[in-house]
Amino acid sequence: MAWENLLLALSSLLSNKMRSLLTMLGIIIGIASIITIVIIGDALSASVEDGLSGLGGNTIRVFVQERSTQQGGMMMMGGPGGGGMMMTRGSRSGRQTESKDLISDEMIADLRAHFGSQVAGVSLSHSLGSAEARDLALSSNVNVYGVNVDYFLENSVELLHGRLISDEDEMEQVAVVSDKLTDTMFGFGVDPIGQQVRVYRPTTIEIYTIIGVYKYEQSSFSMMSAEETPTDLYIPLSTAMVGIMEKNHSNISVIGAANTDIRALTTSLENYLAGVYATNEFFQASVMNMSSILDTITSTLGQISFAIAVIAGISLVVGGIGVMNIMLVSVTERTREIGTRKALGAKNFHIRIQFVVEALIVTLIGGIIGMILGVIFGAIATSLFDVRLVVSPFVIIGSMLFSMAIGVFFGLYPANKAAKLDPIEALRYE
Amino acid sequence: MLELNDIVKKYFIGEPNELTVLKGLNLTISEGELVSIVGQSGSGKSTLMNIMGALDSPTEGSYVLDGVDVSGMRDNQLSAIRNQKIGFVFQTFNLIPRTTALSNVELPLFYRGDSKRKRSEKAKELLKMVEMDDRMLHMPNELSGGQKQRVAIARSLANNPSIILADEPTGALDTKTGNLVIDIFKKINREQGKTVIIITHNEEIAKQTNRIITLRDGEIISDSLNERMSA
Repeated sequence: MAWENLLLALSSLLSNKMRSLLTMLGIIIGIASIITIVIIGDALSASVEDGLSGLGGNTIRVFVQERSTQQGGMMMMGGPGGGGMMMTRGSRSGRQTESKDLISDEMIADLRAHFGSQVAGVSLSHSLGSAEARDLALSSNVNVYGVNVDYFLENSVELLHGRLISDEDEMEQVAVVSDKLTDTMFGFGVDPIGQQVRVYRPTTIEIYTIIGVYKYEQSSFSMMSAEETPTDLYIPLSTAMVGIMEKNHSNISVIGAANTDIRALTTSLENYLAGVYATNEFFQASVMNMSSILDTITSTLGQISFAIAVIAGISLVVGGIGVMNIMLVSVTERTREIGTRKALGAKNFHIRIQFVVEALIVTLIGGIIGMILGVIFGAIATSLFDVRLVVSPFVIIGSMLFSMAIGVFFGLYPANKAAKLDPIEALRYE
Repeated sequence: MLELNDIVKKYFIGEPNELTVLKGLNLTISEGELVSIVGQSGSGKSTLMNIMGALDSPTEGSYVLDGVDVSGMRDNQLSAIRNQKIGFVFQTFNLIPRTTALSNVELPLFYRGDSKRKRSEKAKELLKMVEMDDRMLHMPNELSGGQKQRVAIARSLANNPSIILADEPTGALDTKTGNLVIDIFKKINREQGKTVIIITHNEEIAKQTNRIITLRDGEIISDSLNERMSA
């Protein structure tokens, strides 16, 4: 019976190919645009997630920030510039931090003692800026960072030779460099471990002994040529701090232990630091966790693509109204046929099923064509944006169900109209 | 086997006006009769045919078909009655367009719920009887008027109904083709013992039936056996 109805509907649609196609067009466009948008949205979310998850979801950044004042901020704006402070709500005077406002090594030790095994480490780093490793005609751009042991917990590197910075390296002139640097400076066949590298900075020249080589990973966001792109060169933090008066830190990264609930730790860290800074009139320690930023970005992307998909959904509703319109025309055209069918013994539900199935087929075929087009458009768009194509089965099944629901919803009214026709009137219809 | 008792049919056209089309009509048709109902347009013969065909219910009176009181039945019950007991033949053939002759004949069996094979067997047999078996896969628009009406007659017989109701079956055909169609009805009546009721305004057609019922203004003015035919 279902099969018969299907054939019946198909033959009726085929007998009016152009009309059926035009009716489907609304559904095709609607489904294609929804799928395209969802695919682009999913691909962007996935690529953002890929890009940001490497930045450490279990890391909590702590930075010293001036307390915002609710009023009177403008009076003090005359002071020295904000110094690259992160702007948040409220106004700030641009007051400079003093040593007592910053995070000292004792405070870090206290913090570690307080949280115990919940904290895997505290990553510290100090940037010495860009420099150039040079040896006769050979050179390689580097960014020099003084780092502590825990730094590599936060920023994992793939060690190829030697070892990372350890506690014994304090004040030593040793460095961990990229394989890109060693390839440029020493060529093949030379063991880079134990080699010396001269680093030219604007004011000084430092010589470091290489203790480790890590695998350099080309960043996809780089604007420079691969040749010129600087690689990171790590030296012990204490070595980097030689000659710098201020030993306290304006920002640190607290790394949560592997099985710690990072959100709970973020909250308790925030409360703990609020206590530490309770007596500080001007500054506070703010915390920020990468996973919360990631959540915000992906949920924002999700909301945007949902909103656009809803707008595209409107075109689907318009398409559905088109289906209803053509079904009403079809019912009127086939009034005599309906009358004949009823005279031959068709019950109301026979007629109703016949027309609903017809609407269903229009929207289903339209949905399938739209889905194929949507996936093609999505593939083109993702290749243009250079992101991975992700087609979730949820989208495919969802859009098929949605287009079928449109078919039933907009087909039901014309089908009911047909089913309720009086056979005598219908037979007499010219 | 077909019994109309005091059938009244009124149409309400606005509040004070009502149009009485059938005025207390009594009629009994027995099994195996070949009857014609004649009358001018407006005599009520279409309304009578609608009631006899279970397409419409009478305002008053009772209609008993094969011992079942049909008057006052609901839509879907009437559909079932039409499907089981009545075969329709229309003036304008009313074949379903874009559907083969075979599928058209299968249609009443489809609504009865028969399997595809059973339907097909029965339909082929009937098309053979009306000599349309060589064209059973043709669409209605590929058939002549006479051929269409033969397919329609085959369709009316598909469910093995008690009565065949033919509404002006020759109205859209030339005299020669019309006579061939009437011959088929006579053959069905004679060989299968089916009750055939032909509604017509054509005296020549009526004369070929055994019993002629004449309607005027919603009343039967004559109901006579056709001496020539009965003889």
